[in-house]
Amino acid sequence: MKSSRARQALAGYGLLAPALIVFTTFSFYPLWRVIWLGLHEQNRTGTRQRWVGVDQYTDVLTGEEFRDGLWITAQFVLLTVPIGVAMGILLAVAANRRLRGIKAFQVIFSSTIASSTAVTAVVFFVLLEPSIGYLSNPWIFDLLDPDRAIFAVALTGVWQNLGLTFIITLAGLQAVPDDLLEAARLDGFGPVRTFVRVTLPMITPTLLFLSVALTVFGLQAFAQIDVLTGGGPAGATETLVYKIFSSQEPRQLGEGSVMSVGLFLVTGAVATLQFWLLERRVHYAN
Amino acid sequence: MRTDSVPRWARNTGWYVLLTLLATVVLFPIWMTIVRALSNPITWSFDRGQPPYPVDIEWDVFSRAFDEASFGRQLALSGAVTVIIVVGQLVTSVLAAYAFAFVEFPFKRIMFAIAMATLMLPIEVTLVANSRTIRELGWTNSVEGLTVPFLATALGIFLVRQGFRGIHPDLRDAAALDGYGHLRFLWRVAIPVTRPVIAAFTVLSFLAAWNSYLWPRAITDDADWNTIQIGLRAVGNSTADQLNVGVAAALLAALPVLLVLIFFQRHIVRGLTAGAVKG
Repeated sequence: MKSSRARQALAGYGLLAPALIVFTTFSFYPLWRVIWLGLHEQNRTGTRQRWVGVDQYTDVLTGEEFRDGLWITAQFVLLTVPIGVAMGILLAVAANRRLRGIKAFQVIFSSTIASSTAVTAVVFFVLLEPSIGYLSNPWIFDLLDPDRAIFAVALTGVWQNLGLTFIITLAGLQAVPDDLLEAARLDGFGPVRTFVRVTLPMITPTLLFLSVALTVFGLQAFAQIDVLTGGGPAGATETLVYKIFSSQEPRQLGEGSVMSVGLFLVTGAVATLQFWLLERRVHYAN
Repeated sequence: MRTDSVPRWARNTGWYVLLTLLATVVLFPIWMTIVRALSNPITWSFDRGQPPYPVDIEWDVFSRAFDEASFGRQLALSGAVTVIIVVGQLVTSVLAAYAFAFVEFPFKRIMFAIAMATLMLPIEVTLVANSRTIRELGWTNSVEGLTVPFLATALGIFLVRQGFRGIHPDLRDAAALDGYGHLRFLWRVAIPVTRPVIAAFTVLSFLAAWNSYLWPRAITDDADWNTIQIGLRAVGNSTADQLNVGVAAALLAALPVLLVLIFFQRHIVRGLTAGAVKG
């Protein structure tokens, strides 16, 4: 009996070992390491480090660089998530019906999922090219204007997310029981009232899941900025991840590590907040 | 009741108009990308005033992407990296999921929580430290550097475990009676039964590996080690007369994903909606 339990334990950990080795080396150890690096300052060549302690955390997290990065990231999130979710609902409601050829429309609406962030950046590079791109204009989308470049970058995010938001929202709509909609119709509800009073509450969990996912994507935005603006003009599109990426030289390593910990905390806080909201909404719905 | 006063054909026409409008919005960027890839860049932008259709079409732009933009080498590298990551993630996820679903061992719940906690540690957060680790291992500009950190993922473990948990206990008992050990049960019963879940995860894993950008950008600094996605960065710096080649490369980069999307659409939908929709 005892040996069989020992064998089970051995089998269990043997099966887990490959995953655990990867997680330890490339997830947990680096988390500890960025925290540690954040407590140090490196010399120019990175051969020596000096303990600077928690001061570096308070300096960086309250400093202008981090605040700017966070604000630009927040703008990207605020520009992509609400519009993204609204577009997802619009596409899914339009395509959630029995019509001839509806499958073709569903495939078209899902299609942007085939476009990686880098591909999307190229697609919009073509449209946003200063002076000749179709969408480039001095009012909203202008890659050369520090005040407006973020709109252009966010536009790529909205478009790229369309496929994902459409697929997930459509699945949510299709999970709404038909008898519920039928009951609403028998009660004399028109289509708008049915949608607002029955469908929308039913798909709220789906929409919240979606907004969590889109927010996390937004917090991690990097490729479209690297390709389209390189953080410019004048640092106007340097998101948090872009700043982290650009601070890998020994001299900035401490600062970059503190910003990494900052990003970790922000992501965690956002996810917790949104799941807490989700819990509440689901309870109300019941 | 109000809706019944509108004739069916009128309502359908209304929906088709809206659907076509939305499809235009979605497809317009792709269409313009095709226009820019096929058109001679100088003719299109300067001589003809940027029309919304291709002019002076150069079909050889795709072969030029291979010859001039080293698309072939990038394709081979991206392909190899993607295959290694997908296969690696499948193996580690299936093994770990099996342990969590069918094996009793001490601290199982804690180990599961630890595995899932890695979802809170995306590469963006660990980038600075991981790229140092890679440099210390001498893995800059290497297949190891591009793949090893991604050989396991909590998402895969979670999804496959969900699939395994759906296996009826009777099936396990029957297999045990037949003298199946862990490995035989895994290979002959558990994996075949959970094939839809595994397929869905495979597609997600493929998408993430093929599209990844930040990591290869951070740990390669030699153009010979550009993956397809990183190669697209050159488009931003290309001269006006070369732009079409880079744009064509972007279309080629999306092609494998488009094929996967078309052939495995069901799996994509299943994978993406796992957890999003209750029930």
